[in-house]
Amino acid sequence: MNRLLDWLDRRTGYRRIIQYSLYENIPGGARWRYVWGSTLVFSLTVQFITGLFLWMSYNPSSQTAWESVYYIQHEMWGGWLLRGIHHFTASVMNVLLVLHLMQVVIDGAYRAPREFNFWFGLGLLLLVLGLSLTGYLLPWDQKGYWATKVATNIMSIVPVIGPDLQKLVIGGPDYGHHTISRFFALHAGILPACVLGLLFWHIFLFRRHGITAKDPKRRPAEYFWPDQVLKDGVACLAVLATVLFLVLRPWLFNTGEDLGAELGAPADPSETYSAARPEWYFLFLFEFLKYFPGGTEVWGAIVIPGIVMLIIFLMPIIGRWNLGHRFNVGLSFSLLGGVILLTYLAMTHDKRDPAFKLAVEEARRDAARVKMLAKSPTGIPREGAVTLLRNDPLTQGPKLFAKNCASCHRFDGHDGTGNQPSDEPSAADLKGFATRAWLTGLLDPQRVDSPHYFGGTKLRDGKMVRFVKKDVAGFATEQKEQLNKAIVALSAEAGLFSQRDADRRGAVLVAEGRKLLNSEGMRCTECHKFHDQGEDPTGPDLTGYGSRDWLVDFISNPAHDRFYGKRNDRMPKFGEDKVLDDHAIGLIADWLQGNWYEPDRE
Amino acid sequence: MDTEAPTPPPQPERRGFIKKVCAVLIGGLAGIVPAVSGLLVLLDPLRRKSRDADAVLVASLNALPEDGVPRKFAVIANHTDAWNRMPQVPVGAVYLRRLNGKKVQAFNVVCPHAGCFVDYVAGNKGYHCPCHNSSFTLDGRIGDPKSPSPRGLDELEVEILNDSEIWVRFRNFRAGTAEKIPVS
Repeated sequence: MNRLLDWLDRRTGYRRIIQYSLYENIPGGARWRYVWGSTLVFSLTVQFITGLFLWMSYNPSSQTAWESVYYIQHEMWGGWLLRGIHHFTASVMNVLLVLHLMQVVIDGAYRAPREFNFWFGLGLLLLVLGLSLTGYLLPWDQKGYWATKVATNIMSIVPVIGPDLQKLVIGGPDYGHHTISRFFALHAGILPACVLGLLFWHIFLFRRHGITAKDPKRRPAEYFWPDQVLKDGVACLAVLATVLFLVLRPWLFNTGEDLGAELGAPADPSETYSAARPEWYFLFLFEFLKYFPGGTEVWGAIVIPGIVMLIIFLMPIIGRWNLGHRFNVGLSFSLLGGVILLTYLAMTHDKRDPAFKLAVEEARRDAARVKMLAKSPTGIPREGAVTLLRNDPLTQGPKLFAKNCASCHRFDGHDGTGNQPSDEPSAADLKGFATRAWLTGLLDPQRVDSPHYFGGTKLRDGKMVRFVKKDVAGFATEQKEQLNKAIVALSAEAGLFSQRDADRRGAVLVAEGRKLLNSEGMRCTECHKFHDQGEDPTGPDLTGYGSRDWLVDFISNPAHDRFYGKRNDRMPKFGEDKVLDDHAIGLIADWLQGNWYEPDRE
Repeated sequence: MDTEAPTPPPQPERRGFIKKVCAVLIGGLAGIVPAVSGLLVLLDPLRRKSRDADAVLVASLNALPEDGVPRKFAVIANHTDAWNRMPQVPVGAVYLRRLNGKKVQAFNVVCPHAGCFVDYVAGNKGYHCPCHNSSFTLDGRIGDPKSPSPRGLDELEVEILNDSEIWVRFRNFRAGTAEKIPVS
């Protein structure tokens, strides 16, 4: 064995390398306060390892980036763990960097001859921040997309070169494939290569000048191995434990979130995202910018941070004088305090902002929904997962309803998305439209002229309301039973999924009700058309009432002769007047019908 | 170096040994977790299975010449590529050839040697692989003893439905083996 090792050593010189790495002299012996540098090297190593593995499954383009990250997170073995470790190690590393920097300043370890090492360290700090910023975009989810958009827009306010710089970074005038390619090349190629180069030099200089021993030296000098290595190892393990704790937090506290790093809904340039925030370690800059009114942002985003960086850069020179060193320490603590305060302010502002909370809630809902759709048998189409949400009635229906319908209508008392409009409703509440329950309410003398139905409209005094309030109110028991059958039949016209089983079981009842709808006794066809009955209709066509086609036609043009004709109240011709396109009208119709993908439906 | 190190005093041998073991174990543990999480993801493809071969309607009997000259057809089927599910896209190709009456023979166009697509060469009355010159007879057997392919073309199950629809159970097979082993 020894001969083999000798042979190897003669050819590779490995013993000297080990000797050099392990037998570094530490005056005063191993101490816990020396572990920070090692934890950073460890964190960087973790990022290199996990990053390379992520690279092997990541697909950088605007139609595949989110999709491949979704696949890693939800379909591949241990993908959530890999992504989680990479994501949270980045967070932890930013904290460790600050601790390391603070310690160097406090101990005066930047003093001659170590100035260059301090500057290399600062360079590494900026590179790691750059890695965090570029990595945030790569999943191409709403959060990363909008947050990075803000960051690159800030870049454009750099005097003179700003707009061109921005174009270069995002690969054109707009965000797209090349933005991802460039960010990915920066994140996985250029920046890590710079980190490696600087880190090598940083450690080399550290060894050249030796450790800055803390006085008083409590013990005799020791070698790096094994005492300091053990301490460093324990510290690295603690870093890893923290990261794993953060990865497993949703499981430990049963928060219902996905394990590991969050993945929002896919980036959609056409969908506003009010929950956009940078990652927490950039929040202080985000908050800082709020204090600069329009036209002066360049001060908050570039000039002041630039001056601060310059002063930090000059610390080794300022620190040559005793007073200067005290200034440095004082400045470091004030900056740290400022950063903590700004971060705290940013967080509390958001916590107290109900609009932000709603936006976060909506973002969560969209993220959960798109993952459900991605898991559906039709999977993710080639155009990308963003189309899943764009074509999903459950996601788009409420938004379209709130924007286009809720100024008059309500949905279960709200605007579809859960918000309460300030105005009183002036048209029917469409939750459960055309269901048996909804129609029963419409034909109830007590309710027909309530705001829930015709109460808010000019039809409040119309023929239908009069019919219900007079004729239906006077119905005998037998007629009431007939009315119920007619309701069942009319509701069956809608072909609602929620009543599918009931309609099937009650086929006989439906057939009976259809006859009744056409009968003179019920008087429906005096004003309405129902299949081939009803000669001179003045009210809406009841053929296919509440079905998808009926709804699409109605929303497109409620003033059509088939519907309200001249009697139409205030409802716009959404399709006819091109307020909404066919796709959007279809989504509203599907949503009102309750027609969307659910995993437990056939 | 700006300070010459005084040699540290020797430590008690046993205590030093335990520390060394602990240092190696703890350091190793910290390093192994991220590596293992990455390896899991790396090895994920091993559990992915090829889709089951359902019969696919490839062509109609009328499209085949009666004299047994083969024709190439694309196989259109549902295809899954990691996260993408694509309905009805080309997933491969087959040579179909009419035998006497209503019998049809189907071959996967992939050469069993190294996976190139073989061409039908009318002059030679057989198939030829442009990559390494494997040659096959019309009925799919190895055409030339010097042919590098370890087996003949891979024949596929064919069914004629409704008198004229040619349904093929399309599969791919492992290249380079004398035995015909489906890719799973």
